[in-house]
Amino acid sequence: MNNGFLHDALIYLAAAVVFVPIAKKLGMGSVLGYLLGGIIIGPFFLGFVGQEGKDIMHFAEFGVVMMLFLIGLELEPASFWKMRKLIAGTGAVQLGATTLLCFGGLLVAGFSWQAALACGLAFSMSSTAIVMQTLREKGLTKTESGRSSFAVLLFQDISVIPILAFLPLLAMSSAPQAVEGHKTLLEGLPGWAQTLTLIGAVAAVILGGRLVIVPFLRFIARIRLRELFTAAALLIVIATADLMIIVGLSPALGTFLAGVVLANSQFRHELESDIEPFKGVLLGLFFIAVGASINFRLILDNPLTVTVLVLGVIAVKAFVLNMTGRMSRLSFDQNSIFTLGLSQVGEFAFVLFAFIAQLRILSAHWSDMMMGVTAISMAVTPLLLLVNERLILPRFGTKEAPETREADKIEGEHPVIITGFGHFGSTIGRFLRANGIHTTILDNDSDRVELLRKMGFKVFYGDATRIDILKSAGAENAKILIASIDSPEINAEMVEKTRTEFPHLTIMVRARNRTDAYDLIDAGVKNIYRESLETSVRIGVDALVHLGFRRYTATRAGQNFIKYDEAALPRLAAHRHDQEAYIFNTREEISIQEELLTKDHRDNPAINDHAWDRKT
Amino acid sequence: METSKTNILILFAHPRFERSRVNRALLTGVSNLPGVTLHDLYEEYPDFNVDVEREKELLLDHQVIIWQHPLYMYGAPALLKQWIDMVLEHGWAHGEGGTNLRGKVIFNALTAGGTRDVYVSGGHGHTLPEFFISFEQTARLCNMVYLPPFVVHGTYLLTDRELEECAGAYRNLLEQLTKGGTELRDILDCEYLNDWLQAGKETADG
Repeated sequence: MNNGFLHDALIYLAAAVVFVPIAKKLGMGSVLGYLLGGIIIGPFFLGFVGQEGKDIMHFAEFGVVMMLFLIGLELEPASFWKMRKLIAGTGAVQLGATTLLCFGGLLVAGFSWQAALACGLAFSMSSTAIVMQTLREKGLTKTESGRSSFAVLLFQDISVIPILAFLPLLAMSSAPQAVEGHKTLLEGLPGWAQTLTLIGAVAAVILGGRLVIVPFLRFIARIRLRELFTAAALLIVIATADLMIIVGLSPALGTFLAGVVLANSQFRHELESDIEPFKGVLLGLFFIAVGASINFRLILDNPLTVTVLVLGVIAVKAFVLNMTGRMSRLSFDQNSIFTLGLSQVGEFAFVLFAFIAQLRILSAHWSDMMMGVTAISMAVTPLLLLVNERLILPRFGTKEAPETREADKIEGEHPVIITGFGHFGSTIGRFLRANGIHTTILDNDSDRVELLRKMGFKVFYGDATRIDILKSAGAENAKILIASIDSPEINAEMVEKTRTEFPHLTIMVRARNRTDAYDLIDAGVKNIYRESLETSVRIGVDALVHLGFRRYTATRAGQNFIKYDEAALPRLAAHRHDQEAYIFNTREEISIQEELLTKDHRDNPAINDHAWDRKT
Repeated sequence: METSKTNILILFAHPRFERSRVNRALLTGVSNLPGVTLHDLYEEYPDFNVDVEREKELLLDHQVIIWQHPLYMYGAPALLKQWIDMVLEHGWAHGEGGTNLRGKVIFNALTAGGTRDVYVSGGHGHTLPEFFISFEQTARLCNMVYLPPFVVHGTYLLTDRELEECAGAYRNLLEQLTKGGTELRDILDCEYLNDWLQAGKETADG
């Protein structure tokens, strides 16, 4: 048994390590890499994993559970409230219309109305795991399509609770149910009692989060053992999931709720950083399991049915999404990403189909078939997005390279490339332009690219980590590359690629804060600019002025502070690695601050001038 | 730096160096001289935030200091004054215990738009050394030896050939100073360092 576990772990991890880098190199994104790896090691190709694929899937679904916990954590009630119109509007339209169309289609195909409705509901789900991972990797989370996608996914994720509560009612009216072997509290209860139990469990999670978990975490944090906090974080997720399984609810939903409840607590960031790596690995495992569980026998036996179902579902979903996107006035590019990105059937469909089968709304054969369709549609999504990015958008949407006008040719190559033209990058670009320096801009928000091109900027559209795009933007002849994307991961990846491909370029990198700056120093970057330095000091200087300091004295104190802080940065970056491992991530930051504050007094008498004071 | 040779520190202050033909020529001429350190103040301290400790170290490492700058409104550009105010601290450069600069040689190297005959004494006019009396007194306060200025007059009128001569004279001056052993008494009698150079040249020629 133990051997078996190690063996499985070996195969799955090896598949991830082999296929994800290949997929990344080919510009396909990690999700497709995992799925491919899963298919290859699955029973129909190499056969390294066999029938236990489904068990692994159950295990790996825990990655989805953790992902929803994290999504919940990131979702402060306040920001949730801000998005309420988007979520309720586009979300409801998408879910309703997709369910209705699928329902109609399946009814025509000869399903009972209960089965058709249940399948329609399941098919309306999209994959939060795939979409969020892909959007984040491509740095699209803040574009219009990213926001709309998130809203729709959130609405779907939340809808799973009422849908799960609603399904037993369907079963009641379809056939007398007698499910054996499963011991959930729901068994044997009448439909209304099941619904009540569900509501009760949800209430328990919300109240328990507030009243039990937060004090519990406070207690654990006081012990100051890092691994204990990690254990506690895992315990919370697993306990919530288990509670949900006992009452027969989706564990993912339960943890999502727990996440939302904890989003306002002071432990939010620590929980996030502790769960994140587990989620990453398990989610990868989940994608591999999805790939491995695709039943190619089923496809070979019923090629027509499966193909029609997959294409039909994707077409219906894409159609509805496209209409929804148009309703919320997405531009062509953004709508294409939104439409194709969400066109797959999501991981919650597995949960729903399992539940549907358990309630005997659908036969085992058909629920297997539907799960296969779900898995295949998930595998197709990254491919669709790739086709969209490489074939559709360049031809019909915003062009990757700007059309070369006569003016461009005369100006020749621009000496500066700016990647990312949000608030940060655009300020740099405006400043340079005001001084007669022309810049080439790289951005991956098509709406912004359109606008900038209209304003006469030379803008390339696409992923700044792609060497070919950098090359066509003139990286070979430029002098300076300014990395001003707000995602430190994308900045880091781009810096690394640029340093090997275009070693002559001077690279200037935006860092959000001290921690990012440390990472960049470790990566060997010289020119690092922290967002949180100059502006903060300027506020500090103005505060001094308001308190009665002479403006010049305050200004000089500010200048000295910046100089001193920048000089200390590389030293502290090296020192960081000696720190004892048990300090919490955020505690680490606090301890750095503490160290800085003491040093400011000790090392820095020159922060205040004494040139004009006579020491007498 | 421990050498028997004399090291020269040029404290160069020019807010519009990119437009200055004359200063560029002067500096190009001396840039590769051994023992000469060029310290471009406006390039180092665009924010006027002079690093006092670093400046003190530079001063200690050199025996001859040159304030090189254009003549702005009968004085030096603001950053040079800032440098003087910040670096020459009481207790370090002058006053009680302020003996670090004792015996060092210092002078101004100027470029001026006006010709030499504009700067004459009497009436409303003053000679250039008269305008720079505060620099002289500052040097004296710090127990330094203040030499007459090296001046390039009429910068707008200079032909390329004349400019070349000026740059050559400046280079010649710095070469002589790095060699050491110059008889300072002869120099102090002249109004300009240029005059002393000229006199030396004439003796050599004659």
